[in-house]
This record gives sequence, structure tokens and C-alpha cells, in this order.
Amino acid sequence: MTSPLSLLPPWLRTDRAGHILLAVLLVTSIVVPVLHLVVPASSPLHLSSYVVTLIGKYLCYALLALAVDLVWGYCGILSLGHAAFFALGGYAMGMYLMRQIGTRGVYGDPVLPDFMVFLNWKELPWFWHGFDMFWFAMLMVMVAPGLLALVFGWLAFRSRVTGVYLSIITQAMTYALMLAFFRNDTGFGGNNGFTDFKDILGFSLQRPTTRITLLVISAVMLGIAYLLCRWIVSSRTGRVVRAIRDAESRTRFIGYRVESYKLWVFVFSAVLAGIAGALYVPQIGIINPSEFSPINSIEVVIWVAIGGRGTLYGAIAGAVLVNYAKTWFTTALPSAWLYLLGMMFVLTTLLLPNGVAGILGTRRAQERTA
Amino acid sequence: MMQTPGSRNLPPRPERLLPEVTPAQQAAEALKRLTGRARSSEPPSRIGSRLTGSPVEMGPDDSRGVILYLEDLTVSFDGFRALNALTLYVETGELRCIIGPNGAGKTTMMDVITGKTRPDKGSAWFGQTLDLLAHNEPEIAQAGIGRKFQKPTVFEKHTAFENLELALAGSRSVWVNLTAKLSDEQRDRISQVLAMIGLAGSADVPAGVLSHGQKQWLEIGMLLMQSPRLLLVDEPVAGMTPQEVERTAELLVSLSGDHSVIVVEHDMEFVRKIARRVTVLHQGSVLAEGTMDEVQANEKVVEVYLGEAP
Repeated sequence: MTSPLSLLPPWLRTDRAGHILLAVLLVTSIVVPVLHLVVPASSPLHLSSYVVTLIGKYLCYALLALAVDLVWGYCGILSLGHAAFFALGGYAMGMYLMRQIGTRGVYGDPVLPDFMVFLNWKELPWFWHGFDMFWFAMLMVMVAPGLLALVFGWLAFRSRVTGVYLSIITQAMTYALMLAFFRNDTGFGGNNGFTDFKDILGFSLQRPTTRITLLVISAVMLGIAYLLCRWIVSSRTGRVVRAIRDAESRTRFIGYRVESYKLWVFVFSAVLAGIAGALYVPQIGIINPSEFSPINSIEVVIWVAIGGRGTLYGAIAGAVLVNYAKTWFTTALPSAWLYLLGMMFVLTTLLLPNGVAGILGTRRAQERTA
Repeated sequence: MMQTPGSRNLPPRPERLLPEVTPAQQAAEALKRLTGRARSSEPPSRIGSRLTGSPVEMGPDDSRGVILYLEDLTVSFDGFRALNALTLYVETGELRCIIGPNGAGKTTMMDVITGKTRPDKGSAWFGQTLDLLAHNEPEIAQAGIGRKFQKPTVFEKHTAFENLELALAGSRSVWVNLTAKLSDEQRDRISQVLAMIGLAGSADVPAGVLSHGQKQWLEIGMLLMQSPRLLLVDEPVAGMTPQEVERTAELLVSLSGDHSVIVVEHDMEFVRKIARRVTVLHQGSVLAEGTMDEVQANEKVVEVYLGEAP
């Protein structure tokens, strides 16, 4: 008997959690559109636009968590600055959306976004050119975070900065970017960032179909990113990366150039984070410098830790679970949320070092030995 | 000089054999190797093929039956002479045991051979053509000297098979390894080494759950994957059970012949079991050399070393 699984490439064949994840993403991208667009608003099964946006947001966060798990769970680089790559991707998308507003802004300037008119700027800064073209903006969504990660990583890994020192300088990086983006002179809307977006590729962001399309694209991107990450960690490069995590100098001694492995994993992860940010902005409708705040990066690490690092699917589960809890608690008990988050983190670290995925993992290991 | 290499005919010194290789040429070759050449993904049998390239690529020329020449090596740390005009020759395929009290210079000697420490004076040649003092650690490793450290460091979360795969001589590039697949030859080579180190049944077991002895063998196996000509093994049986010691002895003896092996060991029983030729180091130079019986009968040796040991 040939199972349909045998058609899959070997690296995907035994990944049961991955099959479940991909199935869930598939079901989400079919069921959510139907419940939002087809089921009438009077029906109890109808999903409101609020819930659709929420699910879209979770998918973007899950992609960000996946990126962090790749560098932290597999390569042992505890990055506390991944929100910076997320925000850069978001800003690149935001710049495109700002250019699309055109004359519909408050000041009606055909070229300059409102905040520039307000600041009395006469012409577009050089780095804003090209962002009226969708393809260019999408390229920048990947290039901007990728380039930052390349330069930052090249300097850090070449100087053999590791462990807690690396974590600290990633925090410094995101903090410095936050301060820079807060300034009006930097040219990214300062404190207020970008908002009041009108449309993307001519489709109004207020329309339900646009919202649903963005959600489905987020689900598809998450699926693709998961497959890419799974493929990488299953390759020999992935085994070298795990070897670096477990015994860096030993790996170097066998002849691998540890720095370049770390660098490329870091850059790839930053690009994924950038894409997550770019998908996040049109769905949420705003991007501002608070996305760079150090606490955001730390929160992502907590999602991954709670979900279970070094598994990929654990990071996704963690991002969705924690953010669902956050949505619920910040409406029910807003003042208790941060305490609860801290408590969850402490408890997982103490009791579930491998996170939620660890529970499933041990269960399966027990089944295997039984 | 204290060394007593006995009545052996000393091999010709490599400097005299190859006057045409100047340090500048060697440096140029090393530079070429570093910049110009991407390591190929050719199978291990072809690594070190004797056709073209620098001594590092060609491996050692041991046509005179000597794989390692150490002459007049002196290393000082803050005035303390870790090595003091050490002169030592190791023949091709030999299993040589080095013994000596703590501080005799055993580890420093290994460090010099592998390029970790530079001597103040003296020379070290791998075969007749490869000047060890002109190359760095990765180059020396690539040229065919493998070193096993005292503490086993295997990749605990990788399986035994994967540990050997990582150590396999082949491409080290991020991009090549993304799509790299093991060829049948490479698979066979890994199985062969697994069998040799007695881990054929544990191929898919994470290395972390192997016993201490098995980890040591796995690490020797990782060295073998790189097809070294000379193996340096530091205290292989420390902390092993008697059965494991027995099997380690068999393993090392079986490796000699195809490889030259230098074993540094404190365990005299073990040395007696495996050694044909023993070198005793004391205060950074060779005190005596010969069979175990000869060495044990040597008065100086008894005085400085065996005399104080039970």
C-alpha cells in the first residue's frame, strides 16, 4: 500500500507535527474566508472583521516566532532584537502604503505623505524613492532587514561575540533603531509612524475581500516559511548548525566556518521576520517606532520558549497560544497580563524546559519505547 | 643532550632533502590555498591524492618510512621550558606510546605538532615535505594529522552516524551542504568506521546516551573520517572500564599499520598492552626510548618516573 506521504520528499515525510500544521493552515485559509464572506452577519457562525484581523495578526506573529526559533532553537543565537527586523519589514510596507494614499491625504499633496507636508519638507527624501512601486517595496521588505542582519551579524560573529553579550547588543540595536525612528528628522513619520492607509495594489484595505486575501497570504507565507525552515534544518547544513549550537569550537575544529553558518542563518531569519512585519502592517493599519521597543523582541523569545524551541512548530504554537491569551486577558484583566506572561515564562522554564512541544515530544518518545 | 635513541639509524633530515622549498614558497602556497581554492566535495579517498598542489593538499611524503620528524624543539612559557631540545622520530604505521610524569611536555609536544603552539626553536616536519611550523591548525588537520583530546567532545544530540557524517572529509560550505547527499561510497565509509569502532549497532542512537568509552571511540571514529595519516591520541583510556580498555587497545592496534598512531597515556598496564616502542619524556626532552621492557629496565627512567609510581 502506498500512502500519500510517500510522495513527499524524505525530509517532510516523517514530520508529523508539520503535516498537522500545514493542514491547520489549509483549513484556516478555507474556513475563515467562508465564515467571513459567505456566512451572513446575522448568523452566530459569522466571523467579524475584528476576529479575522486578529487571526491574521497571529499568523504574522507566528512567522516572526518561527524566524526566532531558527536562530535561537537551532543555532543557539539568542537574538533579542528580532522585532527590529519585523519593524523594518513593516516600515518598508508602510512606505509603499503611504505613497499609495496620493492626493487622498489631509493635505492632498500628490507625492509627499502628510507628515512631510506638516514638517514643511519640499521634496521626497532620497530613500523614499521607488516605494511607489509595489515590487520595489516588496524587495525592500526583504533587503532592508536582510542587509542589517548581514552587517550586524558579520561584525558580531566575526568577532566571536556569543551568548549573553550577543543578546545584549541585539537589544541595543533595536533600541537604537527605536530612538532613530522616533525622530521626525529621520523621515519615517517620527512618533506617529504611518497610518491612515487607503489601499494596496488598488484594493481598498477596508474591503472584506482584501482583508481575507491578506490573511490567506499570511497563512501561505507561514506555510512556505515553515517548509523552507524544515528543509534547512533537515539538510547537512542544518546538522552543522545544530552542532554549532551544541559545541561551537568543536565544529570549528572539524573545519566548518562557524561564522558563515551563523551569519546566513541569521540573515535568512531576519528576512523572514521582515516578511512577517510587511504582512502585519496592512492588516493592522499602523506602524510606529514602538514596534522597535526592546520588550517586543523579548516577548517573541517568550513565545518561542513557551511553545518549545528547536522544533519550529512549537514556536508557531507558542506565538498563537500566548497571543490568544494576551487578547483575552488584556480585555478581561488588563493589569494582570504582564504578571501572567512573566509567570508563564518562569513556569515553563522551570517545569517545561522544552515548552508545550516538549510535552508532546516526551509522550511520543514514551509511546516509542513502550 | 639526554636523549638515548639507541643504535637506530637516524633518518636523513628533511631540510637537506628539499633545499629548494623556501619559506616564501611555502607561504605563497598556503596563501593560494586559503584564497583560491574551494574545498571540493570529492570522496575521502581522493582527498590527499598525490597528483597536484601544495604539501597540505598532497599530504605527507613518507617515502623514507618516517612520518614525523621533531628536531631540537624548545618551547618556553615564562622561563619554564616545557620542551627542551626535544628530538623524536615516528615511523610510518607505527604505534608509539609516549609516557612521562606530569609536566614532562607531552601535551606541549602535541600542541606543537598540531600547530596550536609555536616553538621557540627547532623544526617539525610531517613526512619530508610538509613543514608543520609553517602551517596553521586547520591546514595541519587537513594535511592529515588528527588529534583526539582527553575529554570526549562529540555532538551529544546528533546520532553516532551524524557525528561521523559531520566529520566526513568533504565540503564545508553552507550552500553546498544545503543540498548535499551522502554518496553510496560515503555511506559505506561511515558504516565501515562504525563497525571499526564497535558502534555499528548504535548508529542511530544520540551520542549523548553512549557510554564514556563509546564516546571516546566515536571521537576516534570522527578522526578516522578525515582519513588522517597520523593520529594523536591523548589519554584514551582515562575513566574507562576494564572491558572498554581492552577494546580500546584492540582498536588502536588495529589502526596502526594503516595509520601512524601516537598515544599519550598514564596507564602503564595499557601501555604495556599496546606498545611496541615507548618514548619516555622528562623535563621536555626524551629520556629513553625502546620496548617497554627496555624502558622499564632503564635506571634513569626508574629513578624519575617508574620509581615514584606504584
